[in-house]
Amino acid sequence: MNAQAPVLRDPRLNRPEPLTPPLGDGGFFQRDRSIHPPAHAPGYKSSVLRSPRQSLLSLEGSVSEITGPVFGHNDLGPLDNDLIRNYAKDGDPVGERIIVHGRVLDETGRGVPNTLVEFWQANAGGRYRHKKDTYLAPIDPNFGGCGRALTDDTGYYYFRTVKPGPYPWRNYVNSWRPAHIHFSVFGSGFAQRLITQMYFEGDPLIPVCPILTTIPDKDALDRLVAPLDLNASTPFDSLAYRFDIVLRGQRSTYFENRTAGN
Amino acid sequence: MPQPLNYLKETASQTAGPYVHIGLIPAMAGFDIFEKNFSNVLTTPNTEGERITLEGKVLDGTGTPLRDVLLEIWQANAAGRYNHPADRTAGALEQEFRGWGRAGSDFESGLVTFETIKPGAIVDKAGRKCAPHINVWIVARGINIGLNTRLYFSDEEAANAADPVLNLIEQTARRSTLIAKRSDRAGKVVYSFTIHLQGPEETVFFDV
Repeated sequence: MNAQAPVLRDPRLNRPEPLTPPLGDGGFFQRDRSIHPPAHAPGYKSSVLRSPRQSLLSLEGSVSEITGPVFGHNDLGPLDNDLIRNYAKDGDPVGERIIVHGRVLDETGRGVPNTLVEFWQANAGGRYRHKKDTYLAPIDPNFGGCGRALTDDTGYYYFRTVKPGPYPWRNYVNSWRPAHIHFSVFGSGFAQRLITQMYFEGDPLIPVCPILTTIPDKDALDRLVAPLDLNASTPFDSLAYRFDIVLRGQRSTYFENRTAGN
Repeated sequence: MPQPLNYLKETASQTAGPYVHIGLIPAMAGFDIFEKNFSNVLTTPNTEGERITLEGKVLDGTGTPLRDVLLEIWQANAAGRYNHPADRTAGALEQEFRGWGRAGSDFESGLVTFETIKPGAIVDKAGRKCAPHINVWIVARGINIGLNTRLYFSDEEAANAADPVLNLIEQTARRSTLIAKRSDRAGKVVYSFTIHLQGPEETVFFDV
């Protein structure tokens, strides 16, 4: 959706530098639930029995929510962000080689540094390496389908993989998932914890997916679709897709190395 | 028309799907890929505090346990301090105790377990003492946006009665949905919990 944006670093923000976050007393911006899928979304049948029906209890962010687990490079292995090599046994995985890259930002446009991003996906045939997946597409002996990365100081992450295939699932008899990669992101506070999915520009299954269309806001849905980023591709090797993830905005929080305020 | 604020919008949530294990706990999906894995054991031999086992299930609207659910917990150490720079409270930090754990439910029984310690009480921004609690985050197929709740402890009756968050729950009967029950099992302290996603006993979930 932002293929024409003039600035590569922050393609969703029409200015070259990140905004400075407003001062405050910690805590996160109020979550705008209108851009998230409702818990009860009957078109996605699994949500019917698994959705709370009572109102959520609104809770001002306390120390329990504005803090969250901290991860470091010691938690990761050297191949964790290379899905082409991290499970290879006797060759490369089958499929279209791609790079996925982008930034984890908060709602003020500030990169979220040193945070854990985890991702998992089906192989090029649309089959997950999971003992509960019985789809007829073959398991790829050289593809595990998961990886993880820490963002750098600017919130940037990247990994290499093969493009996942679409696959059928038991919602409607003829339901198919668009090709997608699952993302799990931490941020700096537990209230920023987010799981989402990235989709690929141009996939005709996007508008008919019962899971993707649980999102009521068309723009919010478009923001899950990663555009092809030819500038980041590697000639004769990999195409690239760009996927930026936005977490809850953060009011000013206390950091030990910035005791005078942010 | 004033200047636009230009805040970005949060990325929309999507279900973790039935195969959440692949990325987050691949050993449960049936394969070994990472050199280092995250687990449901939060303690090391040096961790201060009372060792406890948390044991529970997440039930759907028919009372059936979810057998593909993933829970994460986040808690303070025994001194009431979160292992994070934004915790300004006085409790002593233990570098080794991260305070975070992740567990998938058993594929047959739906049972979820954590090995951890009982957290200390924390003090909130207003200076009020909060009852010891563990923060819980729940994702699974069919859960469109992760659910936040808390677990409190049944042997902390006085502290629970004074807890500012429990007291926000208008329907007093629902407060008990957040309280894990203590029992002793062969010398081990076990706190049992049941999370109801729907129905008359629906757990209180938070918009945090």
